[in-house]
Amino acid sequence: MNDTLAIARDRILTPAGLGDRELDRLVGALQSPAIDAADIYFQSSRLQSWVLEDGIIKDGNFHIEQGAGLRAVAGEKTGFAYSDELQFPALQQAAGAARAIAGGGHAGRIRISGVPVGHRLYAPLDPIGTLDDADKVALLHRVDAEARRADPRVTQVVTSLVAVQDTVLVISDDGRMSADVRPLVRLNVNVVVEQDGRREQGHSGGGARRDLEFFLDGDRAMGYAREAVRLALVSLEAEAAPAGSMTVVLGAGWPGVLLHEAIGHGLEGDFNRKGTSAFAGRLGERVAAAGVTVVDDGTLPDRRGSLNIDDEGTPTQCTTLIEDGVLTGYMQDRLNARLMGMPTTGNGRRESYAHLPMPRMTNTYMLAGDRDPAEIIASVDKGLYAVNFGGGQVDITSGKFTFSASEAYLIENGRIGRPVKGATLIGNGPDVLTRVSMIGNDLKLDEGVGTCGKEGQSVPVGVGQPTLRVDGLTVGGTSAG
Amino acid sequence: MDNRNIDTAHPATDAATNPAEPLDRLRQKIQDLLAEARRRGASAAEAAVSTSTGLEVGVRLGEVETVEHTRDQGLWISVYFGHRKGSASTSDLSMGAIRDTVEKACAIAGHTQEDTCAGLAPASLMATGALPDLDLNHPWDIDVDEAMRLAIACEDAARGADPRIVNSEGASFSSHAGLQVYGNSHGFVGGYPSTRHGLSCAVIGKQDDAMQRDHWWTTARAPGDLDDPAAVGRRAAERTLSRLGARRLGTCEVPVLFRAEVAAGLLRHLTGAIHGASLYRKTSFLLDRLGEQILPAFVRVSEDPLKPRGLASAAFDSDGVATRPKDLVTDGVLSSYLLDHYSACKLGLQSTGNAGGARNLSVDLGDLDRDGMLRALGTGLYVTELMGQGVNNVTGDYSRGASGFWVENGEICHPVEEITIAGNLLDMYRGLVAIGNDCDFPGSTTTGSWLIDRMMVAGE
Repeated sequence: MNDTLAIARDRILTPAGLGDRELDRLVGALQSPAIDAADIYFQSSRLQSWVLEDGIIKDGNFHIEQGAGLRAVAGEKTGFAYSDELQFPALQQAAGAARAIAGGGHAGRIRISGVPVGHRLYAPLDPIGTLDDADKVALLHRVDAEARRADPRVTQVVTSLVAVQDTVLVISDDGRMSADVRPLVRLNVNVVVEQDGRREQGHSGGGARRDLEFFLDGDRAMGYAREAVRLALVSLEAEAAPAGSMTVVLGAGWPGVLLHEAIGHGLEGDFNRKGTSAFAGRLGERVAAAGVTVVDDGTLPDRRGSLNIDDEGTPTQCTTLIEDGVLTGYMQDRLNARLMGMPTTGNGRRESYAHLPMPRMTNTYMLAGDRDPAEIIASVDKGLYAVNFGGGQVDITSGKFTFSASEAYLIENGRIGRPVKGATLIGNGPDVLTRVSMIGNDLKLDEGVGTCGKEGQSVPVGVGQPTLRVDGLTVGGTSAG
Repeated sequence: MDNRNIDTAHPATDAATNPAEPLDRLRQKIQDLLAEARRRGASAAEAAVSTSTGLEVGVRLGEVETVEHTRDQGLWISVYFGHRKGSASTSDLSMGAIRDTVEKACAIAGHTQEDTCAGLAPASLMATGALPDLDLNHPWDIDVDEAMRLAIACEDAARGADPRIVNSEGASFSSHAGLQVYGNSHGFVGGYPSTRHGLSCAVIGKQDDAMQRDHWWTTARAPGDLDDPAAVGRRAAERTLSRLGARRLGTCEVPVLFRAEVAAGLLRHLTGAIHGASLYRKTSFLLDRLGEQILPAFVRVSEDPLKPRGLASAAFDSDGVATRPKDLVTDGVLSSYLLDHYSACKLGLQSTGNAGGARNLSVDLGDLDRDGMLRALGTGLYVTELMGQGVNNVTGDYSRGASGFWVENGEICHPVEEITIAGNLLDMYRGLVAIGNDCDFPGSTTTGSWLIDRMMVAGE
């Protein structure tokens, strides 16, 4: 699959006059006897977005960016410099700055060789060109009309469409050169509804590493419009949420944000190497109930969180984090894998060439169990059924995490009852999964909307899970009853 | 460490030693962008160009961990064909990229629709004439070794504070110098250099097998305004140590004291709700409240965009409109919205010079120090950290993860964690009992702690 490499060379290196001779010298300039690892990350990205509001296309934006990040690592020390100019002298200067971390030394010489990437999970296409601009605009108008048609209480609709093509080329210190061409599309719908002076909003949307036809398949985008309206209307009816510790049934799909916050971040290699994670040193220990298996899988075709190679050139993989309740693995980039004496797992990711890579999640989800979701709800006398969430946050050191429900219902005597207002749920990462008492047979992944932030860097991710019953989660409502 | 090598790749000195010349170069880029837009038939256009360079040094356990040389630049343009708008941006400042970017913006404008509010802010509102000197530019010609020494001094002070400090996330130093220029086809072009420096530290404490982490930081326009590195480290350690032994609470409804730095968040929810975009979209819990009492009469909230050395200071907003100090809340009454030109037009009002948001917010401080505020709290929750989202901007419904201290009769009893606090922002503002004078955190916002009469706390 060297076509991605050819595309990347053609797009990034050729216009800058960078041939193998120049690349050999740059990689050489990053090296010295004290340097353990080094790499150069070239990136070129194009983004186009459109916004429809008040029934008209108000604005659109086109963004173009390119640059290279150069890194030299000695032990636990990293020197890093980047440049948005790709001319050889600018890169040579950056290489010198990055290598200074390890003191002087003689520049080495390296022979560059392209290697095929491990997967082809998505086509190396430019999604921006997969629909005419006029058709993109027409699509947003249809979504807007669908939302307004869905209910007369809809007073405001904002829809947006974003298409990105990200081309990356990584050269590591052994001269290995790999590339990836990453399409990413996203469509969002926000609606406001109003009834008797009460206003609420609803959001929906989705995305994938696909062309824009993705949103036309089975009228997918129209589904987002109807879902946003449905969520807003449910909120109009919602009453105060309960406060206190109770049994919570989490719906399938996006509620998997629980896994991302409660255990995902805590299992990233850097926090465990440094001993700052509540999970540090706990490999082989039970951290979840029997039957709970959680993976981080960067190899799912077309998924928002998937990558053919990570941002260090390592092919992505499916890493089992928890197997039948026992902690089995961490997510690693090259630096932390080397320092911990563990294999890399293809989780070295970065927001852009201007940021350092670190261990990050891809698509993190729990495998299905064997319970019928209806049976899980029927098993609860009194509790909360939470099906949609906003975002979450975790303190990886204390293990405390939150995630905020945006659609939830009371469960009374095994039946789904009244909708309640959004409430934040809080728990303790290392023990929340030990309280999982039932696992549904309905594993679902999210719609392709997740973005994860860590140390100021944002990357697209996915989450998923089957319906779960968790005994004893704290629900942050306002109602004492 | 070969510093010479680093300094040559650190062109901050270029901008720092002679800011006028690079600033003129960026002004010329603006003229080139506007000329290209005109050539392509745009009836109006606005553009911004910025560059920034910096040094970031991270240390951990007494050793340097990362040395990052940052160098960012970007340009952005919006073109108007009558009332149709298109925008484009790039990190490439070359003449070729300028032509491509304007072409992309014009292509976008070929598909957007007539929007009567799309366009430049009125020429009469531009920050024309000599811009006030806000004293924002204090370059620091610091090398990697010195930056490392400061960060290590900070981390050492934290690690040495107490044997229960067992680990560290490290300390980091940063220094950035930037230039930004904005211009539009009214003929307004304004630009200025600015700097920002900082030092932060995070350490981990352990007691009874449970770990806690906390951090502290200092940030300023001028190197001399930064706090002493060792003081920053000690404060980080104190904060971590104070969390050790945290327990949960039973579910209860009690008064809640928000530490000053988290009270600043309550203020940001207010400014978010009076921002023009939230108002014209009707996604604000303070919709149509201008002139109404939203806080007790003792509360005054103001912004001072012209504050010398202010971290959020700017003489003009991102529409080119001159900024001015003003009250947002006077005697508890909402006295001004925060409007950019577009949202002002949608609301039939005039821009308040707030494209880009509020700048250097402050609340008039009360009489009580922290201990006085704890006594005023009596028995209840002192919140020192909030987690997660959980704020509904449309309704004001509020539900967030929290940690802090349980307080009885004005005395701190023990740290608490894994709880939530919930209420509604309208009720919380109305239920504000007192604001302290304990404003002790860095940043652009000035406030003391806030005591709220009653909130629902969920725990065990």
